[in-house]
Amino acid sequence: MRFMGMNKRDWFLFIGFSVVTLLGPIIFSPLGAGYPDLLQKFAIYGIFALGFNILFGLTGYLSFGHAAFLGVGSYTAVWTFKLLSMNPIPAIIFATIVGGLFSAAIGFISLRRTGIYFSILTLAFAQMSYNLAYSVLTPITNGETGLQLTQDDPRALDVAFGRDYGAVLPSSDLFGIDMTGYPGFYFCGVMLIICFFISLRIFRSPFGMMLRAVKSNQNRMNYTGLNTQPYALTAFVISGMYAGLAGGLLAVTDPLAGAERMQWTASGEVVLMTILGGSGTLLGPVIGAGVIKYFENIFSAFNDTILEQAYSFLPETMQHIMVQVSSLFVGEGWHLTLGALFMLIVIFLPGGLMEGMRRIRNLFVSKPSGGAGSDGNADTPVQNPA
Amino acid sequence: MSILNIVDLNKSFGGLRALSNVNLSIDKASVHAIIGPNGAGKSTLLNCFVGRLEPDTGSVTFDGKSLLGIKPHEINQLGVSRVFQTPEIFGDLTVLDNVMIPGFARRDGAFRINAWNPVRRKGPIAEKAMAMLKDVGLDGKADQVAGQLSRGDKRRLELAMCVVQDPKLLLLDEPTAGMSRADTNKTIELMQTIAKRGVTMVVIEHDMHVVFSLAHKISVLAQGTVIAEDLPEKIKGDPRVQEAYLGGAHL
Repeated sequence: MRFMGMNKRDWFLFIGFSVVTLLGPIIFSPLGAGYPDLLQKFAIYGIFALGFNILFGLTGYLSFGHAAFLGVGSYTAVWTFKLLSMNPIPAIIFATIVGGLFSAAIGFISLRRTGIYFSILTLAFAQMSYNLAYSVLTPITNGETGLQLTQDDPRALDVAFGRDYGAVLPSSDLFGIDMTGYPGFYFCGVMLIICFFISLRIFRSPFGMMLRAVKSNQNRMNYTGLNTQPYALTAFVISGMYAGLAGGLLAVTDPLAGAERMQWTASGEVVLMTILGGSGTLLGPVIGAGVIKYFENIFSAFNDTILEQAYSFLPETMQHIMVQVSSLFVGEGWHLTLGALFMLIVIFLPGGLMEGMRRIRNLFVSKPSGGAGSDGNADTPVQNPA
Repeated sequence: MSILNIVDLNKSFGGLRALSNVNLSIDKASVHAIIGPNGAGKSTLLNCFVGRLEPDTGSVTFDGKSLLGIKPHEINQLGVSRVFQTPEIFGDLTVLDNVMIPGFARRDGAFRINAWNPVRRKGPIAEKAMAMLKDVGLDGKADQVAGQLSRGDKRRLELAMCVVQDPKLLLLDEPTAGMSRADTNKTIELMQTIAKRGVTMVVIEHDMHVVFSLAHKISVLAQGTVIAEDLPEKIKGDPRVQEAYLGGAHL
């Protein structure tokens, strides 16, 4: 059975993903992650990683500069708020477009090289953008302070429609619904679902197949009559647009844009998310983004008092030692936990968390022998990595 | 009528004259073998047809168009496919995907964003790919990852990837090197079937058994020049060929 060209399994995957996203506040609350600020981050960084995965997971080009597009998206969104309207829709549209344009320019140059040279070029461009945002571009970016809204912003569209925010600093709102808290999360969540759907279509399409071919053997592609360069550039621009959108959404939920969003650590983070979850898989990057943001928020909130309580059943000296050791891994030291987790994953599960899940599933479900072609089901897509 | 014309081709690498004044003309719908000792310039010659190397002087004309100064993918789009000495396939993709990609390349050209509709098992491209896999005896392995195939299967797969494009000219660089006798015979049969469809083929080959069972015409290359060009039975007895190729021994 097919509907809109997608088979039952993909619809199941998509609907399941949508349900989990929309029920996020309920599903994640037992983990202590059901509050809107963190859920917004899950959704936004999920979008960022989904886009990054279209480039890295499919074509194999490892960009170390995607935070630049995230930052550009944020600046664009804040400028749209200032000049046009506090409505998030124009803001995210412009953020996506400008993210796309910016990535087209950087991608056009960086894609002249492959492998490590490509990575270095993207890293250099991102650091250049970061430094420019801090220094000469201060009139646009407001330098170190970061770009903020002010009361006397023109907001041309809002004025034209007679919307007056009075003497307070406005926050972004969708036709009267404030984009903070749960409504903010649902706005980001719907965007994540749309982005996931687009990503699913790309993965299953001939275009997605060509992107996998770019990763696999560019030489054979050329001698098969395919021009690899525009394929790689299109993937780069699509991922840049995802990053621009994610940056825009960061500004929607908190109308502020700072240069630190473009720093190389932020670029590295999205690489970690994608690899941790499983690069080249559909769900992996979103899961990776969720895990990293969860660790960042939950582990960094632990302090010595909480640890002392946790170890209160031990004798006092032991408790003291355990608190000392554990405190290395929480609070300020949560990066250590993340680093250890990342090392474990890369060593034992090179395919990321998705590979772990597949292994667990294979333990319980015995795989039928023979491929999809032999069981007479001619309707299944050729490749089906979930 | 000739489909590929090579006139006064020269190529030097530093001081080494790899090709000197090579003239060749390949007849349409024929199998043309190029033989010669190691280092005679056979692969260099082939690389000049497909945009991998730029000759110093001379011309390469295919179907009335020059092949010089244009990119490999453009040459392929004109109808020239190439099988490599070491198989070049998409090792991370399934066998079927490997044969569907050339199908898309033929239908959609060098670049097209077709990102909305999924790849399907039905439809002309997939069906043609499956039929092609059947021809080369890989239809049972359609869902395997191509990188896990044996070397012989990889070579057959690459041949399928080239033939599925319905090329006007098929270039084969030692298609049976390193194959067992049985595999070699299978490949010969396969190439005979392809030749019967009217595909022009240029074959570089060391194995005389392969050459004499396929070729309509043979050119002998030695030290960068064509020293003989004739029908197979005449080449066999040519003393110049025996001198250059076998150091005087008799075939």
